[in-house]
Amino acid sequence: MVQRIYIPSDTTAKALGADRLAKLINIMASEQGVELDIKRNGTRALYWLEPLIEVDTTQGRFGFGPVKEADLESLFAAKFWQGDVEHPLALGLVDDIEYLKKQQRLTFARIGEIDPLSLGDYQTLDGFKGLKKALKMDPQALVDQVKESGLRGRGGAAFPTGIKWQTVLNAPAEQKYIVCNADEGDSGTFADRLVMECDPFMLIEGMIIAGLAVGATQGYIYLRSEYPLAYKTLNQAIALAYANNLLGSSIQGSEKHFDLEVRLGAGAYICGEETSLLESLEGKRGLVRAKPPLPAIVGLFGQPTVVNNVLSLAAVPFILDQGAKAYADCGMGRSRGTLPFQLAGNVKRGGLVELAFGPKLSELMFDFGGGTRNGRPLRAVQVGGPLGAYLPESQWDTQLDYEAFAKEGAVLGHGGVVMFDDTVDMSEQARFSMEFCVAESCGKCTPCRIGSTRGVEVIDRIRSGENVDSNIELLTDLCETMVDGSLCAMGGMTPFPVQSAMTHFREDFVKNASSATNTEEV
Amino acid sequence: MTTPRFVTWEPTVGQSIIDEFKAKPGALLPLLHAIQDRFSYIPEEAVALIAASLKLSRAEVHGVISFYHHFRTKQPGRHVVEVCRAEACQALGSRSLEAHAKSTLEVQYHQTTSDYNITLEPVYCLGNCSCGPSVRVGDEIYADVDNQRFDELINSLKTERLEVQ
Repeated sequence: MVQRIYIPSDTTAKALGADRLAKLINIMASEQGVELDIKRNGTRALYWLEPLIEVDTTQGRFGFGPVKEADLESLFAAKFWQGDVEHPLALGLVDDIEYLKKQQRLTFARIGEIDPLSLGDYQTLDGFKGLKKALKMDPQALVDQVKESGLRGRGGAAFPTGIKWQTVLNAPAEQKYIVCNADEGDSGTFADRLVMECDPFMLIEGMIIAGLAVGATQGYIYLRSEYPLAYKTLNQAIALAYANNLLGSSIQGSEKHFDLEVRLGAGAYICGEETSLLESLEGKRGLVRAKPPLPAIVGLFGQPTVVNNVLSLAAVPFILDQGAKAYADCGMGRSRGTLPFQLAGNVKRGGLVELAFGPKLSELMFDFGGGTRNGRPLRAVQVGGPLGAYLPESQWDTQLDYEAFAKEGAVLGHGGVVMFDDTVDMSEQARFSMEFCVAESCGKCTPCRIGSTRGVEVIDRIRSGENVDSNIELLTDLCETMVDGSLCAMGGMTPFPVQSAMTHFREDFVKNASSATNTEEV
Repeated sequence: MTTPRFVTWEPTVGQSIIDEFKAKPGALLPLLHAIQDRFSYIPEEAVALIAASLKLSRAEVHGVISFYHHFRTKQPGRHVVEVCRAEACQALGSRSLEAHAKSTLEVQYHQTTSDYNITLEPVYCLGNCSCGPSVRVGDEIYADVDNQRFDELINSLKTERLEVQ
């Protein structure tokens, strides 16, 4: 009997050697006369278990992981392809793994289960059901569904998606655009990448529905060049969608039309800011535009444009298929639905954790994450990417909710959680935040362009113990100027990690104060 | 980006790439990518051709090239090795990895080793944030890269046989 096994194929699994494992397993199986049907799935994104090999059985899928080359011999000896066998790496049924079981995977329901490029797999697990409904609905009804779901922009700004769509729907124009912001530049985030590498048809479906809702016939996915595998997978998926009449003209026999193309960025973090992204798509330097006019009214090539994050668009097929209420029933307060959190940095069990809004940050980091990877005490956590605040222990009980985080002076952003142990030097982290802004500022506003350079210099002086008190005062002042005087979030939020580090980890800034000569000159 | 190559600039090849892309809306970025993918950098001569074909000034084309970290105007080494500098990798020791990379290769960022084998570049996040430190070589990404693994990786790049074309 041919036994089907799954070997993951996303960037992280490959980076951990999954391709080589697949090759070796194939060779060993044929040597030993075992008939294996090796299928490449995406990943479950339980990264401490990767490469996680799964075996299909009548009871479900049994998992083995993390599998290294050296484990293959014993796995074959244990006849791992039978599934429920004794082996040190045996994990039992994958669906029963606590980390996975405790999640509410709405957007990521299929991830890791399917072959990313199998239309059949996608359709078997509810794929294109939302689109089928959408093709029969009128645009206003579609926009209403998204409004009722309570979905807010998952890129970080959390703007209500339905309202954005309504604005574009109301704007009269010959040509409108759907632009997917896939410039996932925040460190500690990889949820967009997972969608694109492991379930690309979901994004395509979401974009087509968005097009139907607002009357746009052209879509662009603006993808960062740091994601070569996502680029390849998306292009293959788009070609398959065209070949199966899901893209192009008269979609599925309707009169609807939607074209889709992937465009590569070129290593500029600022192009994740929506107006900078539009400039870049137009073939220009990614300089931030002043708002208004909003991109929803004057967007790409001057036309009304929906700019949505990958996760926002990926949530749409579920909302259409299961209904707005099913989505809105999850969450708390004004944060409806789920957010895919990403546990990263120094974490024991890193990966993707999709949860309805509401649990505490500490539950995420300890119950799911299991604390630090190296076992040292956790000291600081940066949530929401390089522009997000560092949270000290006193804030770890904050609920995962946009408003609750805002109240603490922090941001949830794109859901990235980067954990640091007690060896971290927070003044060094603050310096990096400024240094990153020096490298990535588009240069349009002075507080961001020059302020960040001065910020690095001031922090260097503080770190070397030079006039610490007055330099801290200067840095505080500089941060305020950047927050108040910058056009976009780059300059406006770069101070968040700096200010939070100064407030909550002041000891790291003043530790050299006594060792150097302090000649205060005011 | 996967295989090392030494394709020298040829104006006719460059022009044919330009012609293939110039009618696209917002053609400049896809076009620059195609040129760099082919020639491993964007030669000065290409800028003039691109400017003429897209009806832009050379300054405008240069402005775009210099804005984006990915585009380069000098030929890199056979392999471009990118070390992630972002926070999630910092939390797992990437600062010591970058110091190690610079000292063993005897280069700073954006520089090429004296044997033209490796160009070292910083990168801000490869999306492999649960299993860092991360390194990218060509289109391959490597996880859990400590100093030893970095050395092994560099050795494998040094010993790779070059195909004579």
